[in-house]
Amino acid sequence: MKVTVCIGSSCHIKGSRQVVEQLQRLVAENGLDDKVELGGTFCMGLCRQGICVTVDGEVFSVTPETAETFFQEKIKARL
Amino acid sequence: MRKFDTKVQHLKYKVLREVARQAWNDTLLQNIVDIPKTIVPGKTPTMRCCVYKERAILAERVKIAMGGNKDNPNVIEVIDIACDECPAAGYEVTDSCRGCLAHRCEDVCKRGAISFDYNHVAHIDKSKCVECGQCAKVCPYSAIVNRKRPCQKACKVKAISINDDNAAAVDNSKCIQCGACVYQCPFGAITDKSFILNVIDLIKKSGNNTKYKVYALVAPSVSSQFTYAKLGQVVSGLKELGFFTVIEAALGADMVAQAESRELFEKGFLTSSCCPAFVQYIKSAFPDLLPYVSHNLSPMATLAKYIKETDENSKVVFIGPCTAKKAEVQLETVKPYVDAVLTFEELQALYDSRDIDITVLSEDVLENASYFGRIFARSGGLCDAVAQGLKEQNLDFALKAAACDGIEECRTALLKKSKNVLDANFIEGMACVGGCIGGAGCLTHGEKNKSDVDKYGREALEKTIGDAVSILKY
Repeated sequence: MKVTVCIGSSCHIKGSRQVVEQLQRLVAENGLDDKVELGGTFCMGLCRQGICVTVDGEVFSVTPETAETFFQEKIKARL
Repeated sequence: MRKFDTKVQHLKYKVLREVARQAWNDTLLQNIVDIPKTIVPGKTPTMRCCVYKERAILAERVKIAMGGNKDNPNVIEVIDIACDECPAAGYEVTDSCRGCLAHRCEDVCKRGAISFDYNHVAHIDKSKCVECGQCAKVCPYSAIVNRKRPCQKACKVKAISINDDNAAAVDNSKCIQCGACVYQCPFGAITDKSFILNVIDLIKKSGNNTKYKVYALVAPSVSSQFTYAKLGQVVSGLKELGFFTVIEAALGADMVAQAESRELFEKGFLTSSCCPAFVQYIKSAFPDLLPYVSHNLSPMATLAKYIKETDENSKVVFIGPCTAKKAEVQLETVKPYVDAVLTFEELQALYDSRDIDITVLSEDVLENASYFGRIFARSGGLCDAVAQGLKEQNLDFALKAAACDGIEECRTALLKKSKNVLDANFIEGMACVGGCIGGAGCLTHGEKNKSDVDKYGREALEKTIGDAVSILKY
């Protein structure tokens, strides 16, 4: 599974670093390192919807507060 | 508000703007011969002896705006017919000499080059004079002047000579592309080739960033530029021009600071590799010291490499204050990552070629780097960042940094290193005085530039190098 977090300026100021860090931690804690490929990209062209995270191409809007729920529902549950 | 330091820059800008305007409209080839007349209409000359010479020179400027002489590998080029063949006689006695009694000039001259006529007026014997300048220093009337061409005075690496036609000539084996001569020539006879057409082409062929995405990497010295507008408006303007997104090259500086501090820790001695003119200077003047140059790519190339590796469908344009960057991207090690380089001067021309007034645009955000990445733009910033990189990574290393401000200070440090008498284990080499904010491709240079950069640094969301780069997986 490929998970990409937008790290462009607009998402950065909304907290994309915190989202990246949380997802990294959750992936590691759940032992999913070999199943989830985490990456970053500068801008997805959807700045208003940020923080943008794609899971195998599907776009979601995440915040540092919702990152954990997002991980459970959209990443862990789909594996 | 004024946009440029000099009228030479303004003239260069007008040519770039016209060339760009025609290129956007696909009418450049039809209208190319009319561009000089558009810029200098009528019959009254405003710069040279006649409008025809003015237009002939402008035609040369058009050529350089379109990439210049392809047979000349140097990105710095002389326009022979624009060179005013300035006096270059060296020390001369002017008519301010009052024929005094003291004759300090004679006393101080160790070569016995000064004699006096029946009016006690001094004369310099050119066959004896070694241009030490002592006579000029002691004359109480400042009657002795050094007639040196501004280009030669600006060129601290002595790459400029005078050719058989009395025009300036650049020695490509010595030139480091710093652009000091470009900025200093009062006639605009030396200039940097422009790749503005490549940028327009990249944007046009991207099909609104659908075929590939065009990324703009902006150097942190931008914080001292476009002072008539807000930085966020500069960013909006870039998107208006058709760039997909804008990223701080300073994030590449954060990446470099982290890697370079580790490299320094491992090797024990290092020179920086960020400034392409400094690296080129080591190559040409101190080749024995090349093994000490950091193996890191420059911040521009480091970040561009990251972008190309994470988005295979990307094109990267670097926008900065630097003419030497135009040469750096031609290196085999950098070429795959950066598609074109623009200076701030050229960006202003690009905005105006599309009639984009950035002052009326809304403010977009630019937020990728830390304080330390951002202060790379000014002298001393790199040293601070490397010290921070060592600290953050708990590397136990007693840093003794030599921050060399301008190529003359770089030469002194390199000379000492080559003789093993340098009291430092890290050399920060910046070819331009002040650092990148002193670059020849800047729109303006001013006293406030350094504080502008520091202020911009302090505004960074990320406070440490580690935090700024933790977002990247590399």
